[in-house]
Amino acid sequence: MMEFFNQGGYGGYVWGAFGMTFGLLLIEILQLRGSRRATLIRIGRLLRLRAPRQAAAASSRRQGTSGTQP
Amino acid sequence: MMTTNWFKFASPAAFYPIAGRLIPWFGRIAAALVLIGLFWGFFLTANQLGGSNPQKEYYRIIFVHVPSAWMSMWLYLVLAGWSAIGLVFNTRLSFMMAKAAAPTGALFTFLALWTGALWGRPSWGTYWDWDPRLTSELLLFFLYIGYMALHSAIDDTRRADRAAALLAIVGLVMVPVIFLSINCPDPNQCAALHQRSDPGSIHLSILIPMLTMTFGLWAYSFAAVFARLRTIILTRESDSAWVRDVIAKEATV
Repeated sequence: MMEFFNQGGYGGYVWGAFGMTFGLLLIEILQLRGSRRATLIRIGRLLRLRAPRQAAAASSRRQGTSGTQP
Repeated sequence: MMTTNWFKFASPAAFYPIAGRLIPWFGRIAAALVLIGLFWGFFLTANQLGGSNPQKEYYRIIFVHVPSAWMSMWLYLVLAGWSAIGLVFNTRLSFMMAKAAAPTGALFTFLALWTGALWGRPSWGTYWDWDPRLTSELLLFFLYIGYMALHSAIDDTRRADRAAALLAIVGLVMVPVIFLSINCPDPNQCAALHQRSDPGSIHLSILIPMLTMTFGLWAYSFAAVFARLRTIILTRESDSAWVRDVIAKEATV
């Protein structure tokens, strides 16, 4: 086991290379997830700001129809 | 004969759900191939390579170094290719593809330089040298950075797309330069330096994990670029009705 991590004394170089590679890929994945979430929230907020009246009209219409249903 | 109208997929609204369905598959393929490549590269290979002046364990860096370097050049071809298609056909999605590919390409360019430095120190005795290939790879990194900086420096999206696309196409000269930049006429004289490699001369136990890792990182690039593309599409199309539906649906999940 120690032998594996030691890599013949070159462990620093080998793990430095592999660690940076997969570390950065992991950071990219997390960054992509975060930016997707942030974009969804931002656009959702923007849409609600832009069309509060439409949304209100739509929701009252929905409530109205459900009220008349037997 | 049946003809497919490829321009149908050029609509951001049509490609958004397709990309969304493809991402998990590319992610799974990437994870599987990378794990196989790592296992093979670390456990089924010899600890030393070569005869009189062998490469010791540090040669294993080849399993991330070469795939990263290939992906850095390939993604630049993707970036410049979509830029050219965008300029010729004026298709919005092409520019978005180009923009989505750039950060992942820059990442792999950095990794090629980083892993190369960590390989160069034990085998050449130095982290860095103004070797033609190292230098041209560094310039490729600056080109990626330049593309992203130029794009974000121009406020108008359409103008940013076109200006950055032009830079990407001009920068295309770097890819053949990297490919041809070898300062070693006789491989026997400089075995440790970059040389024209003949795939037939590489031992299969090295070649197979190297190619497996390359395909794994390629699949990863698809997933990462598509994920970034989807965010770009949503941002740019936020005024359209279909995005409103997407937001309404995703917000409830």
